[in-house]
Amino acid sequence: MAEIPTPYTAAKPALKESVEDLRARIPGWGADLDPADRPSYPREQPGIETGAHWDFPERQPEKWPRERSVEHAFLTPVFGTSTPPKGASGAIRKYAYKYSEGRAAHWLLLIAADRVDAWESHLRSFATMRPDNPVTETGVLSEFSRHGVRSRFGQKRADVNHQWIDPLLVGGPWVLAGLGGVAAVRALTRAAGGRK
Amino acid sequence: MRAMVYRGPYKIRVEEKDIPKIEHPNDAIVRVTRAAICGSDLHLYHGMMPDTRVGMTFGHEFIGVVHEVGSSVQNLTVGDRVMVPFNVYCGSCYFCARGLYSNCHNVNPNATAVGGIYGYSHTCGGYDGGQSEYVRVPFADVGPGLIPDWMDEEDAVLLTDACPTGYFGAQLGDIAQGDTVVVFGAGPVGLFAAKSAWLMGAGRVIVVDHLEYRLEKARTFAHAETYNFAEYDDIVVHLKKETDYLGADVVIDAVGAEADGNFLQHVTSSKLKLQGGSPIALNWAIDSVRKGGTVSVVGAYGPIFSAVKFGDAMNKGLTLRMNQCPVKRQWPRLFEHIRNGYLKPSDIVTHRIPLEHIAEGYHIFSAKLDNCIKPLVIPSAA
Repeated sequence: MAEIPTPYTAAKPALKESVEDLRARIPGWGADLDPADRPSYPREQPGIETGAHWDFPERQPEKWPRERSVEHAFLTPVFGTSTPPKGASGAIRKYAYKYSEGRAAHWLLLIAADRVDAWESHLRSFATMRPDNPVTETGVLSEFSRHGVRSRFGQKRADVNHQWIDPLLVGGPWVLAGLGGVAAVRALTRAAGGRK
Repeated sequence: MRAMVYRGPYKIRVEEKDIPKIEHPNDAIVRVTRAAICGSDLHLYHGMMPDTRVGMTFGHEFIGVVHEVGSSVQNLTVGDRVMVPFNVYCGSCYFCARGLYSNCHNVNPNATAVGGIYGYSHTCGGYDGGQSEYVRVPFADVGPGLIPDWMDEEDAVLLTDACPTGYFGAQLGDIAQGDTVVVFGAGPVGLFAAKSAWLMGAGRVIVVDHLEYRLEKARTFAHAETYNFAEYDDIVVHLKKETDYLGADVVIDAVGAEADGNFLQHVTSSKLKLQGGSPIALNWAIDSVRKGGTVSVVGAYGPIFSAVKFGDAMNKGLTLRMNQCPVKRQWPRLFEHIRNGYLKPSDIVTHRIPLEHIAEGYHIFSAKLDNCIKPLVIPSAA
């Protein structure tokens, strides 16, 4: 009868390598064997020295009504000031912050706002000297300079089965918007022709 | 100044922006000399993280030189070379005062569940990041540390997140002498987690991924045994066989939200954004750890629900441990390991990308081209 595997009996399996072999093979093996030598141990250390010389930080000026989680008692004393909410996406974001972090609506509205923000920004860019360029902004040309084919095929990679979706996700909406634009122009042309 | 700017999912470019200003007396402005792209930046890049706004500058791994300080800054002066932990934290709230720097309550108005992180969406506080020439660093007396003279700049930038997070992942596993440790993910964090597991006395370290070149790195850099899950019908069964049907004592999820290995899970999360993350690695971790074992999670997930096999975790009596890493608490010991020659973080750097070409850098890293493991970003003013 074959040997009974480990979990069906009480004995602990023997080490594959001895401690001496491990120490010889692995630089620093066991240097932090004692948990007391490991950093952030124990996890909570009341009174830890952090460099803070205040009990509560001075408050950073609030230059616009800063959106905040309703789970906070007040606006935190320090916060990021990148990219204030704007446009339709900004309105969605402000509405999302009416819901707590525990509500799916909060996060799903924010994700929706992100998609609206991208399209608002793409459209806005067309009125500037630097319109969005999906070729340069996706870095896709590196496919040619950085071995796009060789990196993927014959490599047993599990992600090749879904990478075909990425160009559709990135380029699909642009193609649809282009087709929509062409359809709109044709419809307007027809309408104008019909009035003659 | 020149700065990376997000333009929507899969699209970024470099733009001219104003140099950030002091907005709080304890702020510093840092001129960035080296930054890195983190695997978790890809979740932003792919549009998975809620409240990621067009115009934001990413980048939570960076080092630089102090350019300006606010009126209350005591510990830094202009010209100091500093490494900046990815955590933005105050040092004085309930959580910081106990060492939970990554859980600071005073820096992120947008969410209470997560602390502040540079360049990581408004869900993490709305701070612009360091993939730019200059960056605002709040609480300059608390977060940044001086780069020791003996330390290599590339080691320093990897000490702002990837290396301490990997070590922290192993630490959360409460590894005991002789333990079998499985690490899912052979990216930067997984490589450091595997390497650190040995420091804590592991008897066997196994790394699982599907990218052969990364598994090769796990063998040479982290001295680990490796398996390509794409070669097995069921990697969990294989790991059970490899551990004589016991399972591993500790399993570390160093993959997070965009795990591969299950088409449906990946597409519903990474592509359709219907889950906060694809919990394939986490579910494999729950399945492949032994009963009573520990699963450590340092892979990043979004705040939306994910389809995690919680019932099995309960029935197996698992200990689940996780957090964002409190980077600065890890530094003193990691500095010692570097000086002793046990760790050389920069060994995993594969690409050095000028800031002006950062769109290509993101694509190379995202699509895993050119054997990319860790890309650094070199700002024009560095």
